[in-house]
Amino acid sequence: MLSTCSFGLNAFRDGAYRLSCLVALALTVVCVIGSAPLSSAADDLVKTEAQMKPYVQEMRNTTVKFSMVPIPGGEFMMGSPATEANRNEDEGPQHKVKVEPFWMGKTEVTWDEFELWSIRLERAQRDFGGAETGPLEKAADAVTKPTNPYTDMSFDMGKDGYPAICMTQHAAKTYCEWLSAKTGHYYRLPTEAEWEYACRAGTTTAFSFGDDESKIDDYAWHKGDSTEKGKLKYHKVGKKKPNPWGLHDMHGNVAEWVQDKYEPDFYSKFKPNEAAKFPLCIADEEYPRVARGGAWDRSAGECRSAVRLASDPEWKVQDPQNPKSAWYMTDALWVGFRVVRPLRTPSDEERKNLQLDATVPKGVKPRITIE
Amino acid sequence: MSSPDVPQPSASRRDFLKTSALAGAGAALVVPTGFSSSLYASGDDTIKVGLVGCGGRGTGAAGQALSTNGNVKLTAVGDAFPENARGVVDAVKGGLGAKADRVQVAPEKIFDGLDAYQKVIDSGVDLVILATPPGFRPIHFEYAVKAGKHVFMEKPVAVDAPGVRQVIEANKIAKAKKLKVGVGLQRHHQAGYLETIKRIKDGAIGDIIALRAYWNGGGVWDPRKTREQCKTEMEYQILNWYYYVWLSGDHICEQHIHNLDVCNWVKGGKDKEADYPVKANGMGGRQVRIDKKYGEIFDHHYVEYEYKDGSHMYSQCRHIRGCWDSVSESVDGTKGSSNPGGSISGPGIDWQYKERQKDPYQVEHDDLFAAIRKGTDYNEGDNGAYSSMTAILGRLCTYSGKEITWEQAINSDVNLMPTKFTWDADPPVKPNANGVYPVAVPGLTKVL
Repeated sequence: MLSTCSFGLNAFRDGAYRLSCLVALALTVVCVIGSAPLSSAADDLVKTEAQMKPYVQEMRNTTVKFSMVPIPGGEFMMGSPATEANRNEDEGPQHKVKVEPFWMGKTEVTWDEFELWSIRLERAQRDFGGAETGPLEKAADAVTKPTNPYTDMSFDMGKDGYPAICMTQHAAKTYCEWLSAKTGHYYRLPTEAEWEYACRAGTTTAFSFGDDESKIDDYAWHKGDSTEKGKLKYHKVGKKKPNPWGLHDMHGNVAEWVQDKYEPDFYSKFKPNEAAKFPLCIADEEYPRVARGGAWDRSAGECRSAVRLASDPEWKVQDPQNPKSAWYMTDALWVGFRVVRPLRTPSDEERKNLQLDATVPKGVKPRITIE
Repeated sequence: MSSPDVPQPSASRRDFLKTSALAGAGAALVVPTGFSSSLYASGDDTIKVGLVGCGGRGTGAAGQALSTNGNVKLTAVGDAFPENARGVVDAVKGGLGAKADRVQVAPEKIFDGLDAYQKVIDSGVDLVILATPPGFRPIHFEYAVKAGKHVFMEKPVAVDAPGVRQVIEANKIAKAKKLKVGVGLQRHHQAGYLETIKRIKDGAIGDIIALRAYWNGGGVWDPRKTREQCKTEMEYQILNWYYYVWLSGDHICEQHIHNLDVCNWVKGGKDKEADYPVKANGMGGRQVRIDKKYGEIFDHHYVEYEYKDGSHMYSQCRHIRGCWDSVSESVDGTKGSSNPGGSISGPGIDWQYKERQKDPYQVEHDDLFAAIRKGTDYNEGDNGAYSSMTAILGRLCTYSGKEITWEQAINSDVNLMPTKFTWDADPPVKPNANGVYPVAVPGLTKVL
């Protein structure tokens, strides 16, 4: 099992950036099984990009499932050209990035999926149905769960088939940890580079459907087409046309958390023509972190492939508690996420050093529910 | 004091001094104790705040009080549990950023114990925030207004009829002393509600036929400690207060009051008892959240309230996960319908409140503190008491299974509170040998 991966040590001009490339040195032998237990499902036999196929991830003891789409490895130009309409300064300079293959959720994570973890519905359904608690469930039960929300976090916009919203990035990452334990596959948030690569799906235009903003209603829920019965709101996932790689709602519906800290000049750290490998701006503080893709309450221009959204404390300003919750963004009714599963499962050390899994942000003390 | 929300320094200072002088002169004759403290005893325009109840909400409320315009300081804190009282000072500072120097709590003004409220109120503050579990509120409120303090108190303001009556009586004192009283029903300070309800009252949907109120969710925090981890039953119940009726009033009081209060607001005038429901009937139970650690409260209530004009409010509140969730109100009228939080629709009407709304938890403090500084009338106490009573009436119906009138309910002498407030005293409800608490049984349980 030789590595096809190499994290470039020269990915950054600025050595201060904490790309944990050193880890890469230890990675000539990879596919070390991480702490997430692996199942013996057939798709674990997939070792090469050529073998990757779309698959449906079922959730044992429940009727919930979701679809994963293979994203081939490759290189792309990240960021937008200075000439792009509605462009923001932080989208440049454009620079080349190399991305390793992964699967990505065909749609955003729905409430149906998210609440299996967040309000422990999987466990309740398992107990109710008298189903077995196997090793996967035992591992999943051991993953931290959020405190119960004080109010309805869907804010009457619908749950069944609708994207989960209002979670902190920490909550989204902890969900991934639970999902990994529960399914035996390693799931995590995409990096910002992986997200944009998948969103562009080989295109270089403002949107994955071209530069013509007038076509956006076919592809995205945005401010101009999201009103239902007089109310501007999010919509069920997967109802608009997908991008060329089969991903729905990359533009609009809900903005999607990625791994990275937001730094407006992050792209200037790279050489434009030497492909950066696994660029990642590791986040320690709670703010600002990046969400991508725009949302149902944003204009079409704010849903472009290159647009970067930075989180800030306003996103939970109406949390009446102090300290504010580590789990909920009470005011971010437009932030959700989708998951990826890298073809090559990273080692425990990589996961730790790159903070790929949930890591409590500096200064945040999550209230933990004692079961 | 440069904000447009408060008068310019010279004017407010002048008014303030005038008010101080007059009230100060009268204070010695009329209400000898404490009244002078409401005149900013520190001698300048600094409002000194005391915090009673140092949980997450109290800590949040203290931060909001300290984020208002003008000079304001937190000078005393108190909580039943010493670790909460000690921890709150840094927590409030942490949330304030550049304004952290507004937290000036001397070590000897950090109080704990079940009488900590008295010590905070008597420590020389001008305003007190009451944010303990609701059962204690009437006692704390009465003590605060008798001591001449302005009050911000969280909802609900009582969990039983004697408590409601105590708050109403105490509020008469507050009004006589011109003390300002804010109640944490923050929708009254939320722009979308204010604008929409104004339009409803101006006739946008015609005459109101029916109202619906929902707080359906998965339930709140789990108990924090086991019985074995607590020295006494009293400590255990107070720590896990949500699950005991004498402390929380059940979730129909603790949460759903917000929605019932909005419907009362839409339906009636403000503060007049006659505008609140005249009777109710309902059903409820404890079907899913049944572990003994969840004490005695129900996990669902359904209540039909009737107003004096015969219109109805239909109310659901549920703490069961995986069900239809909604925290909202809706109003049906002869010409259309409304979500009073921000939209109106019907034949020929399609209106939505679209402005960006300020955080109502902050605005409720901005409004209260501005009133204190301007000396304008500001008292949400009666509405807080009557909306609390509305929720209590609902619980009396779901626990008993009977139809109950407002008159019967508000005049009830059933007092849920303990007779003695010490850690080793008996709480009013006790578990059986297996640690299981008695739960109301509709048709059998007497509530009046």
